[in-house]
Amino acid sequence: MRLLSTKATCNSHGQDSSYFLGWQEYEKNPYDEILNPKGIIQMGLAENQLSFDLLESWLAKNPDVSGFKRDGKSIFRELALFQDYHGLSSFKEAMVDFMAEIRGNRVTFDPDHMVLTAGSTSANETLMFCLAEKGDAFLLPTPYYPGFDRDLKWRTGVEIVPIHCSSDNNFQITESALEQAYEEAQNLNLNVKGILVTNPSNPLGTTLSLEELNLLVDFISGHKNMHLISDEIYSGTVFNSPGFVSVMEVLNNRFSDADEAIWDRVHVVYSLSKDLGLPGFRVGCIYSENDTVVAAATKMSSFGLVSSQTQYLLSAMLEDKKFTRKYLVENQKRLRRRQKMLVSGLEKSGIKCLESNAGLFCWVDMRHLLKSNTFEAEMDLWKRIVYDVKLNISPGSSCHCSEPGWFRVCFANMSEQTLKLAMKRLKSFVAELSSSSDNGDNKAHQSKRKSLTKWVFRLSSRDHRQRDQEER
Amino acid sequence: MLSRKASKDSHGQDSSYFQGWQEYEKNPYHPIQNPMGIIQMGLAENQLSFDLLESWLRRNSNTMALKKDGVSAFKDLALFQDYHGLPAFKEALVNFMTSMRGNKIKYSSDKLVLTAGATAANEILMFCLTDPGQAFILPTPYYPGFDRDLKWRTGAEIVPMHCSSSNGFRITRCALEQAYQLGQELNLKIKGVLVTNPSNPLGTTMTKTELNHLLDFAIDKNIHIVSDEIYSGTVFDCSSTTGFTSIMEVLNERNNNNYNNIRNHVHMVYSLSKDLGLPGFRVGLIYSNNEKVIAAATKMSSFALVSSQTQFMLSNLLSDAKFIKKYMVENQRRLKRRKDMLVRGLRKAGISCLRSNAGLFCWVDMRHLLSSDSFEAEKELWKRIVCEVGLNISPGSSCHCSQPGWFRICFANISEDALHLAMHRMKVFTSSIFSVRFPIIMMRKKSF
Repeated sequence: MRLLSTKATCNSHGQDSSYFLGWQEYEKNPYDEILNPKGIIQMGLAENQLSFDLLESWLAKNPDVSGFKRDGKSIFRELALFQDYHGLSSFKEAMVDFMAEIRGNRVTFDPDHMVLTAGSTSANETLMFCLAEKGDAFLLPTPYYPGFDRDLKWRTGVEIVPIHCSSDNNFQITESALEQAYEEAQNLNLNVKGILVTNPSNPLGTTLSLEELNLLVDFISGHKNMHLISDEIYSGTVFNSPGFVSVMEVLNNRFSDADEAIWDRVHVVYSLSKDLGLPGFRVGCIYSENDTVVAAATKMSSFGLVSSQTQYLLSAMLEDKKFTRKYLVENQKRLRRRQKMLVSGLEKSGIKCLESNAGLFCWVDMRHLLKSNTFEAEMDLWKRIVYDVKLNISPGSSCHCSEPGWFRVCFANMSEQTLKLAMKRLKSFVAELSSSSDNGDNKAHQSKRKSLTKWVFRLSSRDHRQRDQEER
Repeated sequence: MLSRKASKDSHGQDSSYFQGWQEYEKNPYHPIQNPMGIIQMGLAENQLSFDLLESWLRRNSNTMALKKDGVSAFKDLALFQDYHGLPAFKEALVNFMTSMRGNKIKYSSDKLVLTAGATAANEILMFCLTDPGQAFILPTPYYPGFDRDLKWRTGAEIVPMHCSSSNGFRITRCALEQAYQLGQELNLKIKGVLVTNPSNPLGTTMTKTELNHLLDFAIDKNIHIVSDEIYSGTVFDCSSTTGFTSIMEVLNERNNNNYNNIRNHVHMVYSLSKDLGLPGFRVGLIYSNNEKVIAAATKMSSFALVSSQTQFMLSNLLSDAKFIKKYMVENQRRLKRRKDMLVRGLRKAGISCLRSNAGLFCWVDMRHLLSSDSFEAEKELWKRIVCEVGLNISPGSSCHCSQPGWFRICFANISEDALHLAMHRMKVFTSSIFSVRFPIIMMRKKSF
């Protein structure tokens, strides 16, 4: 008889993927401006470090809140004892208001339909436990957040079947891709319980279009008992048009409240880890109009409750509407600026990104730097970037992208100088690549700039050829 | 449309344990606003020593402001989501555990996994040690929450090991073997035994003899032991015979090569919810020598991490060794005093308790008040106590006790006055039962 469970001994926690390996390399040799200027720069961490000053100044103006005081009185005892899995009602109210604000108040949420969880990691797993059995499957558009392989599948026994998205149409979800994924699941003898999307997308950094949202809603409408989970953890990071449309808005516009059949099958996940940059505080939530899901998820949240100390602190912060309005606007402004910095820095190296309007990262096209159009070549390139260029970025294969050559590069978790240095390193690397890959002529006297221009020219002509082929 | 887990009532929350709670919520006692309401004696919370914690907090306001040595640690904490836990907090926890348990074992922080409460810790251990359909033996009576925590999402089963009042509900080798047999008959693979030490609901610590029986049994059957020691800091009688002995201590005593296997089979759970009275902060942990379990449990803790804000504050609190020592001593003194108050009060009502030395509750013998030796009679009595006497207490059946008539009554979650009132109500109730049953005796008494 095996000593430990299958779950404990297998590696379906997914943590042997390159996503985590790059992290480990970084840990061995982390960049520090002063102590280790030649170290690896961490660009694989989707953290928002741009607006802490705003949070810190709020905390400094509101010291009572951290001191467990409300209206001058100590509420320590009350909070210390508070383990009600229904959550602090003032916090849930503040959360629903905040979520509504992010959505331009075009949707409102009911705190009684919210379940608090220790981070969206816990929220997503809990939803799986509520909606699916072992051997059921959820469809996920690729590329997707590598953590889902662990969060959705590991302890639940649920499977993921990918919806393959392609650069041909900027990785948007199409009806045929959905149908194909559904068929694939049938062929694998898996019962499809639903679709899970991240909107805005990680790793793409784009918001789902109205078309895609309608497509998803139509698809689950047309299939009995099928659910749609929309992980909207990045909803507050949208910094450019076309703006964010939540699946809840689409439902609101298309269906009446009485249409339980559809309202019962759409669930939203949210968290304060990305918008407020507070992953350490473990604040996530499930939102659903399905009373049974809310009831079950509430009980399950016992396994991952939010610290009452943290609930109280954040309820006070989010109740300060003047502050949250200011914060959201300023935060988005800073994200937009950073993204521009990354995009233009990459452009200088002849590297393009998927045009994005949200998130803490860009989806970067390095296909032209691959030795061959294969995932092996992608791994080779990735290793060079981690070990030689000393940038930890995430290879598309770790996100289950179906095309080699795409990488996720984060921009909000480091200082401006560090970002500029990273861009500089990349530029040298690309220049080196092009000079070493030029065949024929003696390159010794050629300036780096010239070879770069030649390389870029080669790149754009290849693109033209590809596009021609597709249009046929 | 939903999973079986979401639709069934396998979460176990329809048991009477929770129903009494609901009655209380409808009509809660308040000394001024609702003096006739139901007094909550079903909640194992420690509310006796908050003043000590609050005074520490006042003296250490920097910790609240997330400052370390005058510098703001906010950013670092806000970003800190490493499932290995805040090193300073883990250090503080192992030092706290080491000193709290009389320095008999040095606990080490690399064998520790932090979880959002013991609820998460226990479930994670089940995920690590059992596959669906496999089982753990639990001595009865046990904490009703285990039915949900250990079984619901894991698919694990519980095989009860029946303990009896005839020997003070102690664990015997014979009962262990019987439970194992029962498991075989039910076609369940037994993966281990889970004990709560000190026991909930008994309020007693396991003796060294019991612990050794447990170890011998686990060695013999090649299975795990999980020791939930969440109440270890509430032991208020600390003599050598009635003090607390951790399973880790007894394991340590078996320090030769024959016992290499068992070292990897013993796992401990702890939490700050009972000793420090901080259930809202969600601080629990798993402790184990088994590297594989620690590795897997660490990754699983992603689903239940402790807020870094809370880790920071409590690491500072626990590191104040002088304060903590004082706190533990005073807390235990107050618990003992309260327990004695409850025991005395019940005695005046003609009710005895299991002799206890720990916990936040007593295990109370009301068998003599039953109309018959049955669980139906126990339920009847319980309903009367909740609705007529106005006390929410937990019936033994909700704890899977094999003998009707036992109840768990909590003493550390209410004021002294409320406790006195509860005891008064109890006395009135039992007098009325006796006068109904034995009217002649009552009359004779009066004639004196």
